[in-house]
Amino acid sequence: MIRFLVRRTVFGILVLWLISVATFLLFFVAPHDPARVITGRLATPETVALVRHRLGLDQPVLTQYGHFLNGLIHGNLGYSFYNSTSVNYLIVSRLPPTVSLALGGAIIWLVTGVLIGVLSATRARSLFDRVATIFVLTGLSMPTFLLGLLLIYLLFFRLHLAGVTWFPAGGYVPLSQNPAAWAQHMVLPWITIALVTAATYTRLTRSSLLETLSEDYIRTARAKGLSERRVIYRHGLRSAMTPVVTQFGIDVGTLLGGVIVTETVFGLGGLGQLAVQSVTNQDLPVIIGIVLLAAFFIVVSNLIVDALYAVLDPRVRLS
Amino acid sequence: MSLLEVRDLEVAFHTADGTVRAVDRVSFTIDGGQTLAVVGESGSGKSVTALTLLGLNRGAEVAGTVLFDGVDLLAMDDEAMRAVRGNQIAMVFQDPLSSLHPLYRVGWQIEEAILAHRDVPRQQARARAVELLDLVGIPEPARRVDDYPHQFSGGMRQRAMIAMALALDPRLLIADEPTTALDATVQAQILDLIRRLQGELGTALIIITHDLGIVADLADDVIVMYAGRVVERADRRTLYYHPHHPYTVGLLRSVPGSVARAARLQPIPGQPPSLIRLPSGCRFHPHCEFVMDRCVDHDPPELRVLGGLHHGSACWLPGEMVGTDDDTHRRRSAYAGAHRQTLVGSGSTAVP
Ligand SMILES: Nc1ncnc2c1ncn2[C@@H]1O[C@H](COP(=O)(O)OP(=O)(O)OP(=O)(O)O)[C@@H](O)[C@H]1O
Ligand SMILES: [Mg+2]
Repeated sequence: MIRFLVRRTVFGILVLWLISVATFLLFFVAPHDPARVITGRLATPETVALVRHRLGLDQPVLTQYGHFLNGLIHGNLGYSFYNSTSVNYLIVSRLPPTVSLALGGAIIWLVTGVLIGVLSATRARSLFDRVATIFVLTGLSMPTFLLGLLLIYLLFFRLHLAGVTWFPAGGYVPLSQNPAAWAQHMVLPWITIALVTAATYTRLTRSSLLETLSEDYIRTARAKGLSERRVIYRHGLRSAMTPVVTQFGIDVGTLLGGVIVTETVFGLGGLGQLAVQSVTNQDLPVIIGIVLLAAFFIVVSNLIVDALYAVLDPRVRLS
Repeated sequence: MSLLEVRDLEVAFHTADGTVRAVDRVSFTIDGGQTLAVVGESGSGKSVTALTLLGLNRGAEVAGTVLFDGVDLLAMDDEAMRAVRGNQIAMVFQDPLSSLHPLYRVGWQIEEAILAHRDVPRQQARARAVELLDLVGIPEPARRVDDYPHQFSGGMRQRAMIAMALALDPRLLIADEPTTALDATVQAQILDLIRRLQGELGTALIIITHDLGIVADLADDVIVMYAGRVVERADRRTLYYHPHHPYTVGLLRSVPGSVARAARLQPIPGQPPSLIRLPSGCRFHPHCEFVMDRCVDHDPPELRVLGGLHHGSACWLPGEMVGTDDDTHRRRSAYAGAHRQTLVGSGSTAVP
């Protein structure tokens, strides 16, 4: 098992490196010139050349990559083409809103999604199950931006008109600065991201639990005289959670790399927005930094999921 | 008073295709410490009957009475029923590989059964689990108690299931084909174990099986089921030597040698009847070699067969025509032929 995890870690590092190469190459294959973008339309060729030189863009690709790799090994992602701030700093400063959004939203969608899934699985074909199905379909087909705007309209605009100012429309307040204001600013983004994602978890939990509850060992649990509650949660849900855990790991890993739509709708200024901005500006060091970070989160979350399998399932752990 | 008295049990499932009448007017009794074997081919309603006794048939429509110690289990609420399950009546299932929870330790699962009914400290439940594993012949029980099911062989898992079932000294143990999934030598060991423990503990046993050899080894009484009905009941000896119902006779005659030892029950030729659209009259008549006119329209009630003490058979043939010998066979044929006008030849008729 340990060997398996070590192998996966090495593999993960390899994947990260390949992604960095791919991003780097893509940037050079694409026909555009950051120096020209930075200097603007009216700049003289001399200015453009100067900027190009300052950014090191006139050096051979391999040399540029060498610089980049050298920095990377020392944990330095380089400097933004734009304002010479370090990419490390840019990313670290944009990380808190994204992490707040992803983790807070994840907890909410996990709890609500799984809970509704359990209830509709144990009451299959009941009224509750039907309502839950509508919830799932709505959640799956609802575009994030639409839901976000809807929430802003209803819970910010309408409530404000009514004199209730519980929810701000956007912006981010650091947790360390004012926890209450932080939570207040995060509520609508959390709900947005949780609602569109919870549906997947409801569906997953429902089908997985229904399948588990028809297993022979569930019948054994009932035959022992256990309470139905214990049968469902201790015996059924325990097995049914495996696909949910996998999905959760992947989703959280993905979101940590930036939540473009939700961040933009609520103006949170997280990694997602930074990504959009740097792509528009062709700010290569920042783009690579964000892509690498996103890939890093995904690789790590996959590793955690693999390790969790072993924790959850003795058949994996002991093999 | 009998320990368990089942009267006119009916179980139906409403499915998209129609109503499945899985169990129809089934009655039987079993006394303390006795063994009742339930035999019948696949789909005859054996498992459904057993599960219904414990209220484990979800979504089924159930009628009749199941008196356990004089109390009707079918009238009990969930809470009261839960106190019976595993405690007074325990069950061992067909497939030991899938009947234990794969993610929990074997010992923990036994402890859980104990703690569900007894207010004892965990340590004590654990000690009992070790003791039980020892009782059912698991080597090194103090160590194996912490194993997961996948670390046990099939036979060991079934032993563990038996240990779990016996954890609370139930008064009735229901074993639903406990050895079907195991290979032959292990089968014999498990059956020995069940017989030994039953003797030691005085537990009543309902054993469901396809295997006439098991019946011969273990049973005091036998009921034979076909398409959801009890077609014949008798004590073991009577059933083997003086069977009456053509279905039972067919089962026993299909086995070479006189009495079927260790013989698997052969399915009779042809499709078993659909439980959604049952044949008219006797439900065995489309397959019966002694079919008579009245069998097509009139479902025979269970009639007392002459000779046996509690020998009953749901067949219109005269009660004295019992046995598997060729002579009786000829007499049956002659009788049936004389009471068959509208049908051509012998054998099956078309299902209406
Ligand atoms: N939940 C259910 N819904 C619909 N039909 C069912 C259900 N459970 C059992 N049946 C049907 O009831 C009939 C009797 O099934 P049962 O499991 O009792 O047979 P069995 O005698 O135990 O057979 P086997 O020897 O194969 O275990 C079968 O036709 C089966 O398809
Ligand atoms: Mg069965």
